[in-house]
Amino acid sequence: MTTVALKPATMAQALTRALRDAMAADASVHVMGEDVGTLGGVFRVTDGLAKEFGDDRCTDTPLAEAGILGTAVGMAMYGLRPVVEMQFDAFAYPAFEQLVSHVARMRNRTRGAMPLPITVRVPYGGGIGGVEHHSDSSEAYYMATPGLHVVTPATVADAYGLLRAAIASDDPVVFLEPKRLYWSKDTWNPEEPEAVEPIGRAVVRRPGRSATLITYGPSLPVCLEAAEAARAEGWDLEVVDLRSLVPFDDATVTASVRRTGRAVVVHESNGFGGPGGEIAARVTERCFHYLEAPVLRVAGFDIPYPPPMLERHHLPGVDRILDAVGRLQWEAGS
Amino acid sequence: MTVMEQRGAYRPTPPPAWQPRTDPAPLLPDARPYRVLGTEAAAKADPELLRRLYAELVRGRRYNTQATALTKQGRLAVYPSSTGQEACQVAAALVLQERDWLFPSYRDTLAAVARGVDPVQALTLLRGDWHTGYDPYEHRVAPLCTPLATQLPHAVGLAHAARLKGDDVVALALVGDGGTSEGDFHEALNFAAVWQAPVVFLVQNNGFAISVPLAKQTAAPSLAHKAVGYGMPGRLVDGNDAAAVHEVLADAVAHAREGGGPTLVEAVTYRLDAHTNADDATRYRADAEVEAWRDHDPIVLLERELTDRGLLDQDGMRAAREDAEAMAADLRTRMNQDPALDPRELFANVYAEPTSQLMEQEAQLRAELDAEAAGPEGAGR
Repeated sequence: MTTVALKPATMAQALTRALRDAMAADASVHVMGEDVGTLGGVFRVTDGLAKEFGDDRCTDTPLAEAGILGTAVGMAMYGLRPVVEMQFDAFAYPAFEQLVSHVARMRNRTRGAMPLPITVRVPYGGGIGGVEHHSDSSEAYYMATPGLHVVTPATVADAYGLLRAAIASDDPVVFLEPKRLYWSKDTWNPEEPEAVEPIGRAVVRRPGRSATLITYGPSLPVCLEAAEAARAEGWDLEVVDLRSLVPFDDATVTASVRRTGRAVVVHESNGFGGPGGEIAARVTERCFHYLEAPVLRVAGFDIPYPPPMLERHHLPGVDRILDAVGRLQWEAGS
Repeated sequence: MTVMEQRGAYRPTPPPAWQPRTDPAPLLPDARPYRVLGTEAAAKADPELLRRLYAELVRGRRYNTQATALTKQGRLAVYPSSTGQEACQVAAALVLQERDWLFPSYRDTLAAVARGVDPVQALTLLRGDWHTGYDPYEHRVAPLCTPLATQLPHAVGLAHAARLKGDDVVALALVGDGGTSEGDFHEALNFAAVWQAPVVFLVQNNGFAISVPLAKQTAAPSLAHKAVGYGMPGRLVDGNDAAAVHEVLADAVAHAREGGGPTLVEAVTYRLDAHTNADDATRYRADAEVEAWRDHDPIVLLERELTDRGLLDQDGMRAAREDAEAMAADLRTRMNQDPALDPRELFANVYAEPTSQLMEQEAQLRAELDAEAAGPEGAGR
């Protein structure tokens, strides 16, 4: 087999490299989905895998998401490690019954006898000008389902490390890939990939003292930009990248907020019933006596994902985050 | 001369991808359900197999009546009886080799038991202690599936994976007539045919999806006809004729094992009991219809064949009944014991390693259990 020479640096390439390394390391790893073979995926994340490992290990399936995930369940029952691609966030909904009724609970309903090591790759989120049904942030649905791990990288290195960990996990993992970061570049060197990153640990991307921005996935670069901008106004913002929504790293988040005394949760998924509500409640329960202000949320509006020409008004941007940070100068009774 | 050839000058020949994969005629099911018992074909049937099927039918019927009685006594939350459908259940279990896999639905406890699953363990889902009481790998029986048809793609995936690994394994998936309306039925059959997976689908058409009759479920000539559109053979069989169901399934399993791909088998049968104890079947079907089907009872049909041919006498029948009675007595005794449940196991198998959130909740439950054990005074209240 010839080695596919990968250029370093983009998240999509790191994901490809992670899939390739996982397939090379473990013959039971199978990639499957619509267009993942000859085409290499609509985002080219599976590029070259069918050529290198054959159609049986990187399989173009019929166009049917429930069938893709449902057959993956049977394959996992027989000892394979399927990595399925859902192509776009909203395309995953037909597979939802398989996910919640079987994938998430097979270990539990068989009292541990039948774990399902399936990775469900879901490119998600907006900001790429996609048409309807191509920009949803569905993480709250997955978070609400016990038995699933829910992971989302925001950096090139994490894309590699977390995907390797997801595939190696004996539990099902919903691996949310922020579409608009696919082409974000980094100094990551694919010739020496980062260590596999354990699932479930948040990381402080930027230390700060006056407030914590809690975020993940596509909103991380926005929060880092906001933190830089806030310096001019005297704010020294800490930015926590959750990386894993389930399990949730209470320890890292709690320690950060206790240090800073203020917190804003930032994500582009809608706010009502969204991940931010859960996160704000957890932070409040653990940090009430340390908080100088209510935990605030900056989220997408509570609307169906808007058409692309209006999406910039929907997605949380730097200004909206800075507004929220300003409101953290909260006084009782105000 | 085809229409296309007549118009040849006006229209280009379609590219190969547009051509049907095969001539559909060989895929079409028989017009009438295939029968063995009471026909000349019965003479070719293996007497040992017929006697074994008979013993399993009698056992299966007794299992159904015992489990139904346990429901009335409150020992089972619910029991979807397969009385009347035992021939399908028993044939499905007996047709498989040890290395093969069975994918049952919630009504298929009997198939699981006939394949070797402990009769008590097969009922835990319905008793309410654990969702699956048996290790699926022990007898290669997937968990009883409650959502409709969602186990079918699992069977396809498992069969496909086995073939990729070079294993000589067939998966047999059971589904009801109502389940054929579900999207997962379509996707499973389509994947199976495209992948030529070694899988057999057995539809037990018992006439009703709870209360909705087949005529309101499908407009197809038969459920077996649905196979043709996927490019796989459809077979129609009398589901109360244990010998016929066994023969048709055996052919389909052999076909799959030899690399011939999937088959859809429709067994026409009847659910003599209500859907479950929560259902009032008199609201949607007439007694006369039920009585007509009692004359076509799978045990009666096989008993008649065996006695007519001198393969079964009164002693043989008594032996089968006694064996079934012993099984029922054991089931009754063991089901009348309260299962010992450890609430802390609630957290044991959610993930390979419990999350910190689950560990906190387990500690909370442990404290509640300790307080409960200590009583009102011990709890300090």
